[in-house]
Amino acid sequence: MTAHLEVESIFKVYGAVTALDQVSLAVEQGAYVVLVGPSGSGKTTLLSVIGGFTVPTSGRVAIAGRDVTALAPAQRPTTTLFQDYALFPHMSVAGNVGFGLKVRRVPGDEREKRITAALDLVGLAGYGGRGIHELSGGQRQRVALARALVVEPEILLLDEPLGALDLNLRRQMQDELLALQRRTGRSFVHVTHDQEEAMALASLVVVMNKGRIEDAGAPKRIYERPATLFTATFMGESTQISGRVSGTNAVETAIGLVHATMTQPVGAEVALIVRPENIRTDGAEIELGTARIREATFQGAHYRVLAKAERGDQDFVLRLPPDHLVEQGAMLRLSCRAESLVVLAR
Amino acid sequence: MRRQVGNLLSGFYLTACYVFILLPVAVLILFSFQDGRLAVPPFKGPTLQWYVTIFTSDRMTDGLINSLIVGISSSAISVVLGFLAAFGISRYEFPARRLLQGVIILPLAVSYLLVGMGLLVTVSSLGFGPSLWTVVIGHVVINMPLAFAICLTQLGEHQRKIEWAARDLGASTLRVLAQVTMPMIAPALVAAFCLCFTLSWDEFIIAFLVTRFDVTLPVVIWSMLRGGFSPQTNAVGSFIFLCSIVMLVAVELLLFRKRRV
Repeated sequence: MTAHLEVESIFKVYGAVTALDQVSLAVEQGAYVVLVGPSGSGKTTLLSVIGGFTVPTSGRVAIAGRDVTALAPAQRPTTTLFQDYALFPHMSVAGNVGFGLKVRRVPGDEREKRITAALDLVGLAGYGGRGIHELSGGQRQRVALARALVVEPEILLLDEPLGALDLNLRRQMQDELLALQRRTGRSFVHVTHDQEEAMALASLVVVMNKGRIEDAGAPKRIYERPATLFTATFMGESTQISGRVSGTNAVETAIGLVHATMTQPVGAEVALIVRPENIRTDGAEIELGTARIREATFQGAHYRVLAKAERGDQDFVLRLPPDHLVEQGAMLRLSCRAESLVVLAR
Repeated sequence: MRRQVGNLLSGFYLTACYVFILLPVAVLILFSFQDGRLAVPPFKGPTLQWYVTIFTSDRMTDGLINSLIVGISSSAISVVLGFLAAFGISRYEFPARRLLQGVIILPLAVSYLLVGMGLLVTVSSLGFGPSLWTVVIGHVVINMPLAFAICLTQLGEHQRKIEWAARDLGASTLRVLAQVTMPMIAPALVAAFCLCFTLSWDEFIIAFLVTRFDVTLPVVIWSMLRGGFSPQTNAVGSFIFLCSIVMLVAVELLLFRKRRV
C-alpha cells in the first residue's frame, strides 16, 4: 500500500541557495497536513513543488500512486487556495466557482448543481450572482475554497490562507476548514508560520527549517516529545536546561545533577526540555532545584511565571494556577514528572 | 497682506498660462462658427454652414473615412500586438528578455519623420506604391510600443497569481488569455486603443509621406491651408479636436479611475 501523497528526496536549488534539501514525506489519504516553519524554511517552496508551480531540481512527487513530477499544475489532481485568493475579478461568484467545471466540459445543468452544492458547502448559498468586489475578506476566502473544491481534487493545497484575516475570523475559519476537510474526506496540505494554527488543524504536523524537515508527526507527539531542539523551541514555549551526560541516565547541569532516561552516550552535550505546564511545585520525582519568581503575568486561565534558579544561571518558564498566591521574589521548589522531561542533542 | 499679493501673482500667472495654451484653440473654435468668408475678427455671428460644407465635401468625407480606416485598423493591430508582446515579456523567462523589451519600446524615441521616410523607401524598394495600408503600418510602428507599455503595467504579480489559479483549475494558455487575462485588463486594452486612435487620428508626417491619393484628414487640412484660411478649416480643426477630447476622456475614465478590486 503506497501513500496518497509521496514526496521523495526533493532538492530545489536556486543558484547558491538550497531551498529544499532532500525532503521526503509520505501522507495517508484524508490527512490534514500542516507545513510549519519560519520564513525561508522552504515550506512554501515544498507546497509549490506539490502543486506543480515549481519544478524541483531533483526528486519525485507521486499522488494517488501516479508519478506527477513532470506534470503541469493543470494536469495534477491538486488545486490551490492562494494567499490572496486570486479570484477572477471580472466574474461573478458562480462564474468563479464554475470555471474549473467549464474547463472540464461539465454540461450546464450539472455544472449549476455542483456550483450550488459547493457554495452550500462553504456557507455561501444564494451568493452565486454577487460580484467579487461586493464580498468581505472572509467571504472571498470561502469563494476561493468552493472554487478549489468543486473540481474534486485529490489534494487541496492551502498557501497561508488565514494570514490576511483578523484573529476572530481566523479562529472561525480554522474550525470551518477542519469541518470541511472531515466532510469532504480529501487530503489538505496547508502552509503556515503560525505554530498554534498548525496545532489546531493538523493531523500531521511537518516542521521545516532551512529547507529540511526537522520533525513530522501528530501535533501531540510533536509538542510533547519533539525530535529536535529546533522543533522544541519553534512549537511553543519551554524551559531549556543545557548540560552534559555524566553517567548512565544522569546529566550534569548548572542547577546540579538531573536524572532522566536517555539514549545519548556519556559525554554528549544535551538540552533538557520541559513545557511550562509540566513544571510543578508539589515535589514530583525529578528535582529541578529552587527558583525565585522574577515576573508573573495573569493570563486568565493561569499565571505565566518567569523564574530564576537560586543556583546557577538558569531561567524557568512555568504556569501556576490562578488561585495560587504569586508574589515577585517568592521562592518556588520546582520539579517535574519523569515522562515530561525530554532529552535532546544540542 | 504679503501672502495675498503672492496668491494674486500666482493666480495671475496660472491664468496667463491657461490663456496662452487655450486661447488659440478657443479662437479656432469660435471662428469655425463665423458667418462670412474670412476667419478673422470681427466675429459676425454664429452659423453652422462651414460644418455643413465639410460634411458635404467629397474631399473632406473621403479624408474622414480614410482617417477612420487607418485609426481603427492601426489601433486594433497595435493593441493586439502590444498585448501579446506584454504577456510574453511578463509571463515567460527567456534570455535577453530585458533587451527585447527595450527593442519593443525603442520606436517611441524615433522621430516620425524617420519612420515615414524609412517606410517610404522600404515600400518603394519592394515595388509597392504608397497607399493607405502603408500609413496603417507606419501608425502601428509608432503606436504598438505605447500599447505594449500600457498592457505591461497592468500585467503585474497580482494578475499573474490569478492566471496561475486558472491554470491550476486546468485552463490552457489560450483559455487563460481569452477568459481570464483579457477580460481582467479589458479597461486597459480599451484605453490603449483610444490612445492609439487619438495619436493616429491627427498624425500628419507619416500620413503625408507615404500616401498619394487616398489621404487622411490631417493631410486634407494641410492642402486646404495651402489654399488660404477659411472658416471651413477652422470647422475641420474643431471637429478633430472634439474627437480627440472624447477619446482622451474615455482613456481617463478607463485607465485612471479608481479600480474596485
